[in-house]
Amino acid sequence: MIKKKAFTSLMSLAIASGLILGGCSSKSSSDDGNKSSGDKTVVKMMHLWPEGSSNAQYTIVDDIIKAYEDENPTVDIQTEILGNEQYKEKIKVLSASNELPDVGITWAAGYMKPFVDGNKFTPLDDIVKKDQFVAGTLDAFSVDDSAYALPLELNITPVYYNKEIFEKYNLDAPKTYDEFLNVVKTLVDNGVTPVTLGNKDRWTGSMWYMYLADRIGGPETLNNAINRSGSFEDPALVKAAEELANLVDMGAFVKGFNGLSNDEAKGYFMNEQAAMYLMATWELPNYTTSPDVAQEFKDKVGYFKFPTYEGGKGDIDSYVGGPGVGLFVSEESKVKDEAKKFVSYLVEEWGKRSVTDAGVIPATVVDTSNGDLDQMYIDILNDLGSATNLTLYADVQMSAAVADVHLNQIQALFGGQSTPEEFTKTQEEALAAEK
Amino acid sequence: MKNVMSNKFVIALYTLPALLLILVLIYIPITLSGYYGLMDWDGIGEMKFIGLENYITLIQDKMFWTSTWHSLLLAIFSTASLLLYLAISLVLASKIKGSDLLRKIYLIPMLLSSVAIAQLWMKIFDPTNGMANKLLEFFGVENTPIWLADPAIALYAIFIPVIWQYAGFYILIYYAALKNVPDEVIEAAKIDGASPLQIAFKIKLPLISNVFKVTIMLAVVGSLKYFDLIYVMTGGGPNGASEVMASYMYKEAFKLNNFGYGSAIGFGLLIICLIMTLLTSKLTKSKDDVQN
Repeated sequence: MIKKKAFTSLMSLAIASGLILGGCSSKSSSDDGNKSSGDKTVVKMMHLWPEGSSNAQYTIVDDIIKAYEDENPTVDIQTEILGNEQYKEKIKVLSASNELPDVGITWAAGYMKPFVDGNKFTPLDDIVKKDQFVAGTLDAFSVDDSAYALPLELNITPVYYNKEIFEKYNLDAPKTYDEFLNVVKTLVDNGVTPVTLGNKDRWTGSMWYMYLADRIGGPETLNNAINRSGSFEDPALVKAAEELANLVDMGAFVKGFNGLSNDEAKGYFMNEQAAMYLMATWELPNYTTSPDVAQEFKDKVGYFKFPTYEGGKGDIDSYVGGPGVGLFVSEESKVKDEAKKFVSYLVEEWGKRSVTDAGVIPATVVDTSNGDLDQMYIDILNDLGSATNLTLYADVQMSAAVADVHLNQIQALFGGQSTPEEFTKTQEEALAAEK
Repeated sequence: MKNVMSNKFVIALYTLPALLLILVLIYIPITLSGYYGLMDWDGIGEMKFIGLENYITLIQDKMFWTSTWHSLLLAIFSTASLLLYLAISLVLASKIKGSDLLRKIYLIPMLLSSVAIAQLWMKIFDPTNGMANKLLEFFGVENTPIWLADPAIALYAIFIPVIWQYAGFYILIYYAALKNVPDEVIEAAKIDGASPLQIAFKIKLPLISNVFKVTIMLAVVGSLKYFDLIYVMTGGGPNGASEVMASYMYKEAFKLNNFGYGSAIGFGLLIICLIMTLLTSKLTKSKDDVQN
């Protein structure tokens, strides 16, 4: 009898915990139902900056929402927050069932296109102030001269490095690719992981390839291969793949990179287990303003521009980067006017606060004269000002199906399952089949 | 009362709620997914009818058959691990010291959510800082594996937490079944001089063979539609090395905006599950006939 009792209590515990866990995940949606019955206008918003991993961005959005609700007491902004990869997929699921939030985040170009073609996003031309944005950023979110989302961020991609590790082995930030190879070799010889890379997410490795392609063949070669005025079997693109395979063979990248997500890989850099990390400037808060990172570590982080390749066509001021994400308003939204008002408020406030509070580079024009900004932030802003070219992330340029081929091939090239020739040939075939 | 229950109208009325529930929640979605499989649809814009094209592509799709093979491998592994679970429950049910505590320990993984388990094992499999490689290094292994990043072993590396995850569930079922074996029978066997092994194999196992059959079915079908840990730990990668049918379906539908094709894969998954269920029940049935 006692045994039976123990069994029942165990089972009820199991069932109860199931209910509790289930309750956690559906909490936000049940809240929505309750609140919308009040007399406030509810605007639902989804974004991709969780409090834990993107604290700076989370705080800005949270503060802006609070300020907006104070100014407009009849409006209630409800947020749902997911991490990057989950967000990317959930938005598609919601879109398929016509349940997009009133306001949400989208990526530019190829990612956004199916939503615009399917009439899911509403044109925002009536709230756009063109001179508010850095030239070119708005274009990435426009289809047929209509803006379907307002850009928030602008990013370039430097290589961050740990100055202390570099000093220990008498290394300088490399300016040429040969110097870079020397840095890698010295670190490998001393048993230090040169570069951390979370290539499970694949776009991370794509940025390495894009830079090599840019430095060897110049910015047009890869772009032309993607927009079909050129070929992916261009000698420069093959050469870039060979250099990348060579880097992998040298042991430049962290062990097991193909199984690590970007967040896991970032941990190696933050814990000083790896000397370099190539990532876009949305990481800047972690090295400048974020209160969660020790000042001691922030002081050790420097950055350098991706080195030039001897005999290559690309110059050092050409970057992989571009507008990150933008804000859309759903076509099906029942509170479209309120949503649009909120979006334009958010974009404007984001432009101010992201500079002074967070150290994120906004897509709006920045005024550096007021407030004391971190030196690294000012340097990067100046680099951005003198950039000769910005190449938008390859997987964002391509359609979903071709992007998947590209990203799979990136993983295969890094993992040694594709030779440089197979790598370029497979992508050429995928791109050619699409047209 | 008897009169009421023999009234055909009343029978229909009483079964209606359950019937409706099954219809709305199971059969209609299945039909719909088969129907979407006939469409060229990105999940966002307009649908376009393309007939059987998706299904023809599916049959020729190498990646689909690779993922089917991976799912079948998982089914074989999890069915084989049932024997392990059974052995553990036999030991637990034989009144050893601390069996109560052990039973609860085995149950813990069942209480964790899949995502938590996946996060836990991703930490264990971390190639540089993970527990698995630290342990191997401690024993002097020099070229430690890179686990989830190695296409040759990623799939098998995930099988370990899967088997760990379900241990509690099956041990619980076996334990309950073994406790149901009447004591009189066992005592009678003891008096006749049967050894503990003989009791286990000749008396206990035949008496719970029905439960065993059910668990085989659960393990096979559960493995074929398995998704959670694979999705979180590798996302089917690197390069499809750990892709199973359900993760492939998810990838096509939600990552590549191919809802039509994703639905076709889902329908293919259903058919393979049906075939395997029939096959399993046939295989276990013939054993039953022999016994009778």
